[in-house]
Amino acid sequence: MVSQIEKVQVQNLSVAYGGGSALRNVNFSIYQNEILGIIGPANSGKTTFLRTLNRLNDLDPRYQHKGEVLIDGKDIYRKWNVFQLRKKVGMVFALPSPLPISIFDNLAYGPRRHGVWSKSRLNEIVERSLKSAFLWDEVRDRLDQSAMKLSGGQQQRLCIARTLALEPEVILFDEPCSGLDPISTAKIEEAMQVLKKRYTLILVTNNTKQAARVSDRVAFFLMGELVEIDQAEKIFTVPKDKRTEGYVSGRYG
Amino acid sequence: MKAWINPKIQEKIVFASLFLSTLIIVTPVILVVAIIIARGSSVLSVEFLTSMPRMGMKAGGIFPAIVGTFYLVIWTLIFALPIGIFSAIYLSEYSKRNLLTRIIELAIVNLAGVPSVVYGLFGLGLFVGFLKFGASILSGSLTLAVMVLPVIITASREALQSVPNSFREVSYSLGATRWQTIRHAVLPHALPGILTGTILSISRAAGETAPILFTVAAFYLPRLPKSIFDQAMALPYHLYVLSTQVPNVRLELQYGTALVLVGLIIIANLVAVVIRSYFRARKQW
Amino acid sequence: MRKYYEFIVESLIFISGIASILFVLLIFIFLLKEGLMLFKDLGVFDFLLGTHWYPISEPPRLGILSLILGSLWVTAGATVISVPLGIACAIYIGEIAPGWLKEILKAGVELLAAIPSIVLGFIGLVTLVPLVKKLFGISTGLTAFSGSLMLAFMAMPTIVSIMEDALNTVPKSYREGSIAMGATQWQTIRRIVLPSASSGIIAAIMLGIGRVIGETMAVMMITGNAAIIPHSFFQPVRTMTATIAAEMGETVQGSQHYSALFAIGIVLFTITFMINLTADLSLHGKKAR
Repeated sequence: MVSQIEKVQVQNLSVAYGGGSALRNVNFSIYQNEILGIIGPANSGKTTFLRTLNRLNDLDPRYQHKGEVLIDGKDIYRKWNVFQLRKKVGMVFALPSPLPISIFDNLAYGPRRHGVWSKSRLNEIVERSLKSAFLWDEVRDRLDQSAMKLSGGQQQRLCIARTLALEPEVILFDEPCSGLDPISTAKIEEAMQVLKKRYTLILVTNNTKQAARVSDRVAFFLMGELVEIDQAEKIFTVPKDKRTEGYVSGRYG
Repeated sequence: MKAWINPKIQEKIVFASLFLSTLIIVTPVILVVAIIIARGSSVLSVEFLTSMPRMGMKAGGIFPAIVGTFYLVIWTLIFALPIGIFSAIYLSEYSKRNLLTRIIELAIVNLAGVPSVVYGLFGLGLFVGFLKFGASILSGSLTLAVMVLPVIITASREALQSVPNSFREVSYSLGATRWQTIRHAVLPHALPGILTGTILSISRAAGETAPILFTVAAFYLPRLPKSIFDQAMALPYHLYVLSTQVPNVRLELQYGTALVLVGLIIIANLVAVVIRSYFRARKQW
Repeated sequence: MRKYYEFIVESLIFISGIASILFVLLIFIFLLKEGLMLFKDLGVFDFLLGTHWYPISEPPRLGILSLILGSLWVTAGATVISVPLGIACAIYIGEIAPGWLKEILKAGVELLAAIPSIVLGFIGLVTLVPLVKKLFGISTGLTAFSGSLMLAFMAMPTIVSIMEDALNTVPKSYREGSIAMGATQWQTIRRIVLPSASSGIIAAIMLGIGRVIGETMAVMMITGNAAIIPHSFFQPVRTMTATIAAEMGETVQGSQHYSALFAIGIVLFTITFMINLTADLSLHGKKAR
């Protein structure tokens, strides 16, 4: 049962890169402890939307936006410190991206940047995060080994653990399973079901079946617009908008 | 009327002459190194390397020149590395594609192209004269530092830019600031390239004569420099003096000095190549 | 707390960023500072076009035309030799040599680049100069010709490496398309690759010239140091660079001779500045297209 607390509120959000518009007038809310799936064809603005939530878009000098995004009721551009924001809103990228350092150092990276240096606290954080990402048993004996030696699925769980080390409240997933085999994918989807009890998850995916499996609600983006958002079941069985229906039935994509 | 040669035959002729041209360039290099080794190794001995010159430099060793070169290289690096690396960080991580950046790049190209003797004049005017450091290791290494700056900046910038962008993104997404990202997610992985650039600038600083002519080099100093404000002998200047300023110096002695200088530089370059290969093999990205 | 620390670090980074510009300006300023004094007593044209360089006579004659021409002759000779050879070498290494040979040849050129100019000057003095004297039956081997030869050699790595870069930027698809239409490799190189790399060729030539004009020690030791206007390649000449290096040790700080040498430095700086500017603009102007 998804809570009714609005964790994220998106109000009249429009985003453009230089000349080209990527998002137009997006309006909706995301509830605490839900898994929101975001689907849509390529270039529909899904990833742009995700990267607005943790202000990673700021890194692109051509990025411009209008409208507001509120997290916990506060404007992320005006009332949130961007470094604190990124602690609270973690991100897992499409290609598993461990840093070429040890497993331990990967996980300790975030906490160290935020001032945690005590060895015992770091050990605690590393163990806790790996357990929550369902990776602890597999790597507990080789934390000093390079993270690059892990398999793709393990690396991606490492990346999830990395964001968990900062004790976030929202976790953004940008097509996290696109490079993974079905077994690793299943493990991650399983993990998400457990994670949603403590966090709010937003999952961008190209795989409509995955969205159907995993999400509580699903949002359909097309060409920069939010076309429809509803309970996952409804989107895939009785969508209200013709365009949604066309996409989920595979007529275009 | 143009004679038509079968294109295949034409190609063979052209390729042969291109190969010949290449040979004309590369063979003398090997010959030069071979001659130096052949004629210089006879004087090479522990005594030669560790004793002071005697008899107005017609005999004895080249120890003070080796020590002087060593001090010059160390101090050149101390001055040039921080500025060079930070400058590369600016260009790679902070600058935008604007006019200022373009001007900086032009300045770097120009610093690389300034004739070495003009650097000598610059060092003379600014460090020896205006700042009153006098002819000293300090003046010499400051001058050499400006001279090797473009080498360090270029190598370091390349090293920084080749670090994948995903490292930066990951770091930012974990809430790190720009400097934190550079310091912890970029710089450590650019170190091999920076190291290679450093070693290349060592070999340049060790081999240059004109910049040190007026700023540090001593003709005949039979004692070792005691501080950074002292003059010093140096290998390249010593070779110059032996071969053109002092009459009747045994040719072997001159070749021996050249051998030591070339030997040090070749060793430095080999170390750079080895470092480059080692890190390239170990690179996990 | 961290904010202040980062502010300081980032300021240092920015200052280092513009350090290169500062140093170029400093070099120019200090050259001017010591060199412009000359022109209080001597006209610019008398300096640049005066044919006699007798700095220690009473009164001193400070005309650098013979020095400028000395530099030009040696540079021209070196360029004529090094450009065709360098381009040929770059083409061979870049387009034709098989993998293993390519690595050996590249290492050879890099080795050449690593040898300090004083060592090449020394070797030239003891091997090339006597050889030239014997071969051409002249009274001394210290000539513009010997200097050009040695300098051509020293300019090779610059020319070869820039040409190589230029050839590498030509897309593989150009070559493949040409071969697919039945052209031989040489025809491809001549008609497709070289024209595409033309801006690189120009840059290589210019930077090679810059390298040669700025060379000091090797020229000083090989060209004979006679400050007269050259009439043949087989005469000793004096370049601007060699003059500064040879005479600075004998001047009194602040004297007219001292200023004159700095003034030569201004001329050199300006020449190499123009060359580098042109070469870089041509390289990057083309890239922007």
